Amino acid sequence: MDKRLGSQSIVFEKPPVVAGYASIVGPKEGQGPLAGWFDEIIDDDTMGEDSYEKAERVLYRQATQMAMKKANISDDMMDLMIGGDLLNQIVTASFAARDLGIPFLGLYGACSTMAESLLLGSVMIDGGFAARIACATASHFSTAERQYRVPLEMGSQRAPTAQRTVTGAGAVVLARDGNGARLTGGTIGRVIDYGIMDVNNMGAAMAPAVAETISMHLIDNGFAPEHYDRIVTGDLGHIGKRLVLELLQERGFDLSERLFDCGCEIFSSGQNVDAGGSGAGCCASVLGGYLLRNLGGQGMHRMLFVASGALLSVTSSQQGESIPAIAHAVAFEAD
Amino acid sequence: MTGDMWLMFLKAFFVGGAICALAQILLEKTKLTAPKILVLMVTLGAGLGILGIYPKLIEFAGAGASVPLLGFGASLAKGAQEAALEQGWLGVFLGGIKSTAGGITAAVVFGYLAAILFNPKTKP
Amino acid sequence: MKKHQQYVDHVEAIQPKRNLAIGMLKAFWVGGLICVIGQGFSYIGELCLKLDKDATAAFVAIVMVFLGALLTGLGVYDQIGAYAGAGSVVPITGFSNSVVAPAMEFKHEGYVMGVGAKLFSLAGPVLVYGICSSVVAGIIALIFKG
Repeated sequence: MDKRLGSQSIVFEKPPVVAGYASIVGPKEGQGPLAGWFDEIIDDDTMGEDSYEKAERVLYRQATQMAMKKANISDDMMDLMIGGDLLNQIVTASFAARDLGIPFLGLYGACSTMAESLLLGSVMIDGGFAARIACATASHFSTAERQYRVPLEMGSQRAPTAQRTVTGAGAVVLARDGNGARLTGGTIGRVIDYGIMDVNNMGAAMAPAVAETISMHLIDNGFAPEHYDRIVTGDLGHIGKRLVLELLQERGFDLSERLFDCGCEIFSSGQNVDAGGSGAGCCASVLGGYLLRNLGGQGMHRMLFVASGALLSVTSSQQGESIPAIAHAVAFEAD
Repeated sequence: MTGDMWLMFLKAFFVGGAICALAQILLEKTKLTAPKILVLMVTLGAGLGILGIYPKLIEFAGAGASVPLLGFGASLAKGAQEAALEQGWLGVFLGGIKSTAGGITAAVVFGYLAAILFNPKTKP
Repeated sequence: MKKHQQYVDHVEAIQPKRNLAIGMLKAFWVGGLICVIGQGFSYIGELCLKLDKDATAAFVAIVMVFLGALLTGLGVYDQIGAYAGAGSVVPITGFSNSVVAPAMEFKHEGYVMGVGAKLFSLAGPVLVYGICSSVVAGIIALIFKG
């Protein structure tokens, strides 16, 4: 069987199974509309550590451990962990992997890293290179703010197009055998850049990449949007979500009924977060919370999970470059 | 409090407020970041100081003109001009910092102390 | 890379914008109030401490910088800034905020390369351009004198 489909998509011959999943979020996310679905909401976003960077590692490690526990797989039974985060040199994931001692592949796809991890994890399992893999990503408002924007105590105004980085982590344990939801295939995105320069408008920078990946997925598979009960995007926010719907409409796909954006849903409009949530931990925590818990329930059997990332650095934007973006799609099915 | 003092407070409020309101236009219309606005203010203040306009505004509005960072720039320029006239070339290099030494030293010392004593908190 | 100008323009057109008039009003009253406080300290320097004109100006600068640093440390200044925008950026207290905020944030990188170096990460440019402008002012003064 040819596992490659069309120009960018793949299908798994032996679809990996979701054996366990978990999510941990910060206090602000814990006041949002999805609060009831997370495994854990922390009260103190320092996690008792003396820096926010260390706190982010603890989030990552705990989400991974919780997912392994729910899958009933111990550390030494894990073949591999795959994941990344937003910090320079992906220190969050690497340091968490140091603590866990599981063979590790570190990835950087900005906020698309969760989908990238799930894709590569599934490929490893389908190819027979591993039987149990943990995929995880995390982000923290206070580490991202300092690395990408301004110091926390700086008295500056946020742009109304800006999104708030989610403090949170999500993990999914994939296994070769089992009864959970299955990952049936996916689409590997191309890097797309429509020339958006505004670092305070990530949704607009990522929307073209998301539209491209979703439409290529549907075309490669010969699906209509109705094939999926829900098409989930990572962290487009309110502006990006609107743009993606428009871009897909231009290509003849109407997704207005089934598009769910994690960045739009994780906070409510009363929480003063402007355009919504963002960050590698945004879609990961919503996946490891609300989405996978509801998958397989009523009217929720097929889901396309599309996480997108803005592939800029502070240096590239200071040097006046526009913002390239990428989106990867993974298809989930549950009976 | 004399009537003159009340008038001065009023002038400080309106002139200082007006400078900030104009800077807000820059902030929103040009997408300049706060550090760039500060640099612009200091340079503009020095320019207006060289032209002799800003000292007149400080005379008129007191703190309304000296507290905005334009005043810091004007003060740097004024110090260098006066020192240049007294001491020549040496004054060109000495005057600016001399006239603003208090503010600069305060920024370094209080900045250092505040950084040591306090920790940043996540925005609500 | 091909630039999609139509898309860029469309994004510009649909993105939410802050109300300029309201922003200016907020900046106006907060900035004005900070200047009034400065004027109050100016009178304290002049009338109570009997300072001369230059010393009064220095006294006001020192006190305002102190207040800016304190409010930044207490975690208040960022909230004032979120409301007032330029109203709290432009006064010298805003300069103080831009000194303290990065220094606090980088404490974990040590007291020399963290606090010491980051103290000037945002304020450094202000001093660079301010001091260079002052030298230009001095040179102009020399030329016109001669």
